[in-house]
Amino acid sequence: MGLVTNNLPAILDRLPGGGFCVTSIDGIINWSRANSLWPLTFGTSCCAIEVMMAAGASRHDLARFGAEVARPSPRQADLLVVAGTVVKRLAPRLKTLYEQMAEPRYVIATGSCAISGGPFIYNSYSTVRGADQIIPVDVYVPGCPPRPEAFLYGLLTLQKLIKAGESIRRPYIRRKPVLAALPSGMTADQIRAELAVLLQRDSTVDLSGEYAQNMQAGGSKQ
Amino acid sequence: MTGEEIVLAVSRIEERAKPREKCAMPAVTVPVESLAVFMRAIHDDPALSFDMLCTHTAVDWLGENRFELLYVLCSLKHGHYLTVSTSVPRDKPEVSSVSSIWRIAEWQEREVYDLMGVLYSGHPDLRRMFLEDDWNGFPLRKDYKDDFMLELPE
Repeated sequence: MGLVTNNLPAILDRLPGGGFCVTSIDGIINWSRANSLWPLTFGTSCCAIEVMMAAGASRHDLARFGAEVARPSPRQADLLVVAGTVVKRLAPRLKTLYEQMAEPRYVIATGSCAISGGPFIYNSYSTVRGADQIIPVDVYVPGCPPRPEAFLYGLLTLQKLIKAGESIRRPYIRRKPVLAALPSGMTADQIRAELAVLLQRDSTVDLSGEYAQNMQAGGSKQ
Repeated sequence: MTGEEIVLAVSRIEERAKPREKCAMPAVTVPVESLAVFMRAIHDDPALSFDMLCTHTAVDWLGENRFELLYVLCSLKHGHYLTVSTSVPRDKPEVSSVSSIWRIAEWQEREVYDLMGVLYSGHPDLRRMFLEDDWNGFPLRKDYKDDFMLELPE
């Protein structure tokens, strides 16, 4: 085995257990994980209308990014979108739902309430001040509630994190939580144009160009 | 029946019932000790026939040291409304339950008990409704404080 891995370092990689693996598969796994996120329907207040319904409906169409299959069961979901206020009584249930989801699992906290408690942070006897007090959060999407464009931006941010995150080369490495805030002065037309470029770039593979040359150069380097 | 006629008919049943000023709907205030008899009477009276309890809620008047209990009643038969209010002292908030007249009052009174701490005598199952059973205190009272709450900084 050692002979093969020495000769093909770009394609093959050692595993901690002594085996080896084709590393391109690793990238493909992360790519497919990022593009087929199945969200758990977890809407507790007004954010759910923007995030789970408006973003999933045909105008904004979450299906373009492979995240439209909202599941009612945590066993079948790998993305928990905390869309709304979390209160003390809900907190143990939210934790249970998160624990029931299979690895790898990701969490997006949308809206002020799920980030910090929002308008209920003071003089409230019941509101938990942020979903990250209960479960780890990967991406925060600010807004009260966030527009569907802002949620799509947060979803694309999570996809970038997944693609750059945990892999066989870097086991147990997860990116730190990020705040996916839409830059100010952004218009809906700009977002649409940017999404069109992203979709063109991320959903197509050019087998004839740079990709193939890289593979050949990597394979014949030794 | 118009609003004035309802108030007139109600005051014939209970003479201590005072009509309230500046209300969009007909509204009367009755003393707490005559509440149960009064409610039973306006439920059974064929001309009034209040057969539905739309809302029951409470207001905490901290400065006046009383809870104001509000019952919004509706008659599906005649299509008219009446708001009945009564007051109980904050340090001894006891009132007789109306759940034997309107069954829905069971849950509405449980909710008021849960958040305001008003005790209903004659209620079949007076437990907390929304909060955990081991919760300490009644959080919608104006003087409620606990360790979890954050005060708004000046």
